[in-house]
Amino acid sequence: MSYSDKVIDHYNHPRNVGSMDKNSTDVGTGLVGAPECGDVMKLQIKVNPATNVIEDAKFKTFGCGSAIASSSLATEWVKGKTIDEALAIKNTEIVKELSLPPVKIHCSVLAEDAIRAAIGDWKKKQDSAKPAAVEAK
Amino acid sequence: MSTEVKIPQDLQRNELPQTQPTAPEGVKLPIYMDNHATTPMDPRVLEEMLPYFMEKFGNAASRNHSFGWAAEEGTETARERIAKLIGATTKEIIFTSGATESDNLAIKGVAEMYREKGNHIITAVTEHKAVLDTCKRLEKYGYRVTYLPVQKDGLIDLDDLKRAMDDKTILVTIMFANNEIGVLQPVAEIGKLCHEKGVIFHTDATQAIGKVPVDVIKQNIDLASISGHKMYGPKGVGALYVRRKNPRVQISAIIDGGGHERGMRSGTLNVPGIVGLGKACALAHEEMPKESCRLAGLRNRLRDRIMTRLDETYINGSMEHRLPGNLNISFAYVEGESLLMGINDIAVSSGSACTSATLEPSYVLKALGAGDDLAHSSIRFGLGRFNTEAEVDYVADRVIDTVERLRELSPLYEMAKEGINLKDVKWAAE
Repeated sequence: MSYSDKVIDHYNHPRNVGSMDKNSTDVGTGLVGAPECGDVMKLQIKVNPATNVIEDAKFKTFGCGSAIASSSLATEWVKGKTIDEALAIKNTEIVKELSLPPVKIHCSVLAEDAIRAAIGDWKKKQDSAKPAAVEAK
Repeated sequence: MSTEVKIPQDLQRNELPQTQPTAPEGVKLPIYMDNHATTPMDPRVLEEMLPYFMEKFGNAASRNHSFGWAAEEGTETARERIAKLIGATTKEIIFTSGATESDNLAIKGVAEMYREKGNHIITAVTEHKAVLDTCKRLEKYGYRVTYLPVQKDGLIDLDDLKRAMDDKTILVTIMFANNEIGVLQPVAEIGKLCHEKGVIFHTDATQAIGKVPVDVIKQNIDLASISGHKMYGPKGVGALYVRRKNPRVQISAIIDGGGHERGMRSGTLNVPGIVGLGKACALAHEEMPKESCRLAGLRNRLRDRIMTRLDETYINGSMEHRLPGNLNISFAYVEGESLLMGINDIAVSSGSACTSATLEPSYVLKALGAGDDLAHSSIRFGLGRFNTEAEVDYVADRVIDTVERLRELSPLYEMAKEGINLKDVKWAAE
């Protein structure tokens, strides 16, 4: 199988590799996939609580080149977006941007899941951080 | 080993600079180190084959003129050379299109011929698909197949085999050397057990012949599959050894026609291919002791260089009972295909799901019980006749650099370093 130039570029020069403090209130962490399946993505976002804008994003990925590229691209795309804008990112857009073949579509799905998981984690923190908020079960 | 890379300012490309491969003196890129998939042809083999395309183009079955005789001389010399390499006689060698056909012919041929005696076949879970899928097809036709498990080292347990045999068992088919992890099954003992019970023993010896000593008499082998292109010969040609005495083994043909190859395999002989296979066997016979020693040395050098520099790397399969040119390593926390992508000037294989059409990791590695995660992280190095020490050193360095780079990118590596047991984590995708 040959990779698209964009996948190769992200693989060789992954953007936003790293980790942020997962205990920080401003940071949301998404960990998706499983080692047995051959893909694990960790995507973290740092959100400005006043504006809901994602100011920083980091990732680490265990997976094939397409998985690395999908998560690398995801961090690029969420940066500077509001939470709602980031939630609107679709895996199909990742597929298109990276020209992923059908057999690699699951990599883009995982990247979308990672964004949602990170945002979900951040939202949970905001809810529990508000002392007056009523815990909704 | 870090090399200076200029990173464009306009992109937020951070950390992990790409290592820029530069080939050292005497190393030509790309490097081929996937000799279990196929081998390059030895130039001496090609030289021997060439006359049989043009001048000696005759049909080996043409008995009435010199064109046929010249072709037949070629195929019969080849038959002698193959027989000599494995301790057989010329009448016991049947030419085929390759080892897949040989496996099919052996298994289906015995199944049909001995149907009245029984319907039970024993094989192992780590066999090549040419054996497993043939057995699966026979199950549809009413045969019973036992798939023996393997131990952690990839070898079958002889007691399991003994227990699996019953009065309906007609065939045991166990490979000589595994194509992924290179482990050598105890064929002589398996053959002995079979002969004690009056069961026929077939071995897919594709990866073994020409690499390690194969002797059909000493090792109690009744049927053996042979391939040309795994031993520096041409593709599309192989052979099946069929024992003629003690015991005499009979097989039904699966290809009917002109009754070539003693009625066991019809079809005009692929004369140039057969000549090439014969020459490859002759070369292997002469050079095997020296070559296997050299390859084992190179393989151990590769293993030692990689494993002294990288922690948490695991060898898959027995190191003791193994082909000299095989090394199969799992690099924890690194996915195999991404590793292949990083060493794209080197041709090797991975057991990772992402490299297969089915998205399933290697069933051979899974059978060892090491866990799917390590199967995803495995690389198979197949060293061969034309690999050099300089290549081995280059490959080791490139693998080390790439694994280190990918581990820095791996959330699993980070978690493990934090002391998290990955087995205790509840993964979202499970």
